[in-house]
Amino acid sequence: MSQDIQETIKKQIGDNKIILFMKGNKQAPQCGFSAQIVQMLNSYDVPYETVDVLLDPEIRQGIKDFSNWPTIPQLYVGGEFIGGCDICTEMFQNGQLEPLVKSAAG
Amino acid sequence: MEPDKIKELIENGMSAEHVKVDGDGSHFEAIIVSNEFEGKSLIQRHQVVYKALGDAMKDDIHALSMKTYTPEQWQGMSN
Repeated sequence: MSQDIQETIKKQIGDNKIILFMKGNKQAPQCGFSAQIVQMLNSYDVPYETVDVLLDPEIRQGIKDFSNWPTIPQLYVGGEFIGGCDICTEMFQNGQLEPLVKSAAG
Repeated sequence: MEPDKIKELIENGMSAEHVKVDGDGSHFEAIIVSNEFEGKSLIQRHQVVYKALGDAMKDDIHALSMKTYTPEQWQGMSN
């Protein structure tokens, strides 16, 4: 993975309290799993940033290398990798996701 | 890819007491019980499984939903 992609990703994650690397965007998710996390975040009514990995193949691969996680979407809160759709759904259902997201949103 | 192939990859790639895999060819659900999950977060547990699956995750498996348990957690579930 090229150095500057890693820097770009690190900056995006550092500059945004809540950021979702997804396929598509909030208004038009392009994959069911990305749409699921968008719905969960929308239910909390907090501001969050998204990155459409479909627009940049280098980011699409770079984020997988960055987190050592092979799939998209990937949610980052407070600079930390939280998980993909599977883990976020589990945390959404067991009530762990809401306090994490809301405290990061401030 | 077939669920049995994924089960085989997981069983060969990590030490697991119980592996069950269902799926339709590109979306899969797996239940995995392993002492390797001891003291690991959900993310770390999934990364152990992804490591076992290796390149299959890149090419053949579009989505794998996993339930990961330690033997004690699995014991607690079944009684």
